[in-house]
Amino acid sequence: MAINLVFLGRLEDAAGGGSRTIPLVPSIDAVLDGLEPGLASALRGPRVKLAVNGILLQDKDAPVLKDGDEIAFLPPVSGG
Amino acid sequence: MSDVRLLADPFDPARELAAFTAARPEAGGVVSFLGQVRAGGGVEALELQHYGPLTLPAMQDLAGRVRGRWDLDGLLVIHRSGVMMPGDPIVLVAAAARHRRDAFAAADFAMDHLKSESWFWKREKADGEWRWIEPRDQDFEDIARWG
Repeated sequence: MAINLVFLGRLEDAAGGGSRTIPLVPSIDAVLDGLEPGLASALRGPRVKLAVNGILLQDKDAPVLKDGDEIAFLPPVSGG
Repeated sequence: MSDVRLLADPFDPARELAAFTAARPEAGGVVSFLGQVRAGGGVEALELQHYGPLTLPAMQDLAGRVRGRWDLDGLLVIHRSGVMMPGDPIVLVAAAARHRRDAFAAADFAMDHLKSESWFWKREKADGEWRWIEPRDQDFEDIARWG
């Protein structure tokens, strides 16, 4: 029972890698509480968006996580 | 139909544009924009990172919005991801239309939205060190023009 975390852009440096697998916990708050404080703080930044299984979360969304879910942490884009 | 592609490998913009144009003889005009890795400033390489579940679907959605807003005969959007060198093509947008103003506006709109809304993260290598690039205020001003 695990979930996959994906860190994009500068968050990859904050996490020390582009992805990691962690044991399943029920909520995104619980995910963040289980990470290093510095990384959790970067992921809670006001301009960081989240996607669960490729679907962007809206501000108030608090999904119940399931085995195999993928949470992506998306800092502001800088493309093209 | 729109041709929207996310490529991990180099592409030849002249060949892509020639094929796109040849396939649309009914279009009176084709407007294209090519973005390439800028040389200078000590930049040795550029990397664009993407996120599979979001990046290409959002590019396809953007193409749909462009097609809904202007009367086009065709729309081409090609965007690289991965590591590129100065002079390498990054993005090619081409809009074919019966009338040139639709083609100009559609290509301009597509580029502004690709720059500021697409799911890409950019970093540059200079003096052997990689550094993430933050979004530019100008990009937000560019997109605000479209309302």
